[in-house]
Amino acid sequence: MTPENRAAYWKANVRLLFILLFFWFIVSYGLGIILVEPLNSIQIGGYPLGFWFAQQGSIYVFLVLIFIYAAAMNRLDKKFDVDE
Amino acid sequence: MTNLDIWTYSVVGFTFALYIGIAIWARAGTTGEFYVAGKGVHPVANGMATAADWMSAASFISMAGLIAFNGYGASVFLMGWTGGYVLLALLLAPYLRKFGKFTVPEFIGDRYYSQAARIVAVICLILASITYVIGQMKGIGVAFSRFLETSYELGLYIGMGIVAVYAVLGGMKGITYTQIAQYVVLILAYTIPAIFISLALTGNPLPQIGLGAGYVENGAQTGMTLLAKLDQVVTELGFKEYTTQVMGSYLNMFAYTLSLMIGTAGLPHVIIRFFTVPKVKDARYSAGWALVFIALLYTTAPAVGAMARLNLMDTIQIGPVGSEEGNLLYEDRPEWFKKWEATGLLAWEDKNDDGRIQYYNDQNPAFDEKAESFGWKGNEMVKVDRDIMVLANPEIAGLPNWVIALVVAGGLAAALSTAAGLLLAISSAISHDLLKGVFMPGISERAELNAGRLSMIFAIIVAGYLGLHPPGFAAGTVAIAFGLAASSIFPALMMGIFMKKMNNAGAIAGMLAGITVTLLYVFQHKGIFFIPGTAFLMPELGMGPDWFFGISPNAFGAVGAAVNFVVAFVVASVTKAPPEHIQHLVEDVRVPRGAGEATGH
Repeated sequence: MTPENRAAYWKANVRLLFILLFFWFIVSYGLGIILVEPLNSIQIGGYPLGFWFAQQGSIYVFLVLIFIYAAAMNRLDKKFDVDE
Repeated sequence: MTNLDIWTYSVVGFTFALYIGIAIWARAGTTGEFYVAGKGVHPVANGMATAADWMSAASFISMAGLIAFNGYGASVFLMGWTGGYVLLALLLAPYLRKFGKFTVPEFIGDRYYSQAARIVAVICLILASITYVIGQMKGIGVAFSRFLETSYELGLYIGMGIVAVYAVLGGMKGITYTQIAQYVVLILAYTIPAIFISLALTGNPLPQIGLGAGYVENGAQTGMTLLAKLDQVVTELGFKEYTTQVMGSYLNMFAYTLSLMIGTAGLPHVIIRFFTVPKVKDARYSAGWALVFIALLYTTAPAVGAMARLNLMDTIQIGPVGSEEGNLLYEDRPEWFKKWEATGLLAWEDKNDDGRIQYYNDQNPAFDEKAESFGWKGNEMVKVDRDIMVLANPEIAGLPNWVIALVVAGGLAAALSTAAGLLLAISSAISHDLLKGVFMPGISERAELNAGRLSMIFAIIVAGYLGLHPPGFAAGTVAIAFGLAASSIFPALMMGIFMKKMNNAGAIAGMLAGITVTLLYVFQHKGIFFIPGTAFLMPELGMGPDWFFGISPNAFGAVGAAVNFVVAFVVASVTKAPPEHIQHLVEDVRVPRGAGEATGH
């Protein structure tokens, strides 16, 4: 593996991390804490929306984020030929 | 023996026989097996075992109780203890697997080319793990005291004995397979009563949906959602509105959540799990699978908490608030009430001598006048330990005895599995990192194993002693442990992977600064090493409770972690950059190919 290749692989990896961590932050700290009061005026399935994000929604999104990460990284590994 | 006793003894006895049977069958023979189960563990199986390891007495016994009494404020636990897996999966697990060592201090020692860094990591790890075990001991004490109908203290001593036998015999391989069995027991024990209760209160069997569904009374829809009903019931008695009550402040909740999340990614007994999968790819998926199994419990917990609170209020407040017959007569109190009174974790005091139980918020000045007009002289439920809620929940809801027995078994499974995982992390830190790694490199395998077992016993005794006067409810105590891990281990690991130029001096200074700041703040509020009466807040210096921007000690790990990063960065920028071969090592860790088996050297 050439140093350029290695750097490109790492850069793609870090870019993916930033995108996923952005959503990680938004669903929990953003929608579940910072914006909870305005969101609570909306009702969804009997839940105030902000409360729902804090106690249910954020957890579902976390799950999705990890599986997206694992799948995207496997693809990246193959593309750069560093898979096992 | 009553019918319930027979059920409880048989279910608990059966599950214990199962765990111990597996532990003996899989007894560890070599040091490699003792620590990491020889790498042959499938990601789904590993995820399940990680989930059991992870979900301790804090999650199983304590968390829903805290949710019941803190409502929205307790969301910090829900988000914090699941969101940390995102950090773990994205920032640490694959790289640590690629690095391929047995323990977290080993990584830190090698990456920062320094025995001193390794020793500091061992100390941080032991502090965090012991605090965590104290929280487990509280949970075990509660479960055993109820199960055997003894005092909390005696329950704790019996629990210590069982944990000791269990953890010392096993080692990692035994623990991995036992933990899969424990996961199954604990998730059934948690979800079955939740389904029953959700069905009774809302007509919907799925607790995740039921929590938002319409509230059913006497078999008919009331036209009101369960959450709206709960808000109404609690505010009528002067408590804060369930769905909006904040824990401290929004800033405190932010810090609390952050502290738990990064603490999750810094706790050795969870990280070590990712050393046991065959490939880097599996380490990524393992974190996802672990969270699937964890989320099953964590999305159920909010319903368990809310419904337990509603049932508890309805049990005591049997009629309209303020009416003469509105409160339950003490002599009519249900069986579960009496049994919990025996443990000392639930207590009633007749303040207005009317023989009835008044349970309301007497700390709310806006409600005082009303209470007075009812002839109430203060809240008479003088002790309602939050940690009893989950165990008492099925009894409060009047579920069949076998369900109650199952919950006791589940609580014990949760506490035991985590305590065992933590004790393993402590023993490997002492025997593998300190003895073999630093002080006695020539030690034989057998001596190393024995040293590991001795340090486990020592840790159990220390944690048990401190568990007699725990610094909070189980989940709160455990939160402190997360703060300690967040402020020390996580930043060192993350910078080790993502900052090639981070050097030995920076990492050591960062870890020391982070954990010191956190410990000082915690000890200031909770006493030195949690020993009662040694708290040293200094009001003359403006140090009231939670003096730092209203952040509670349980949430302070977030601040400690920030201190760690800043100090490490500053120190590293003025000291010598790491040697060439270390920078190559970091580059190598970032690429999956070539991950061999985890080695101890």
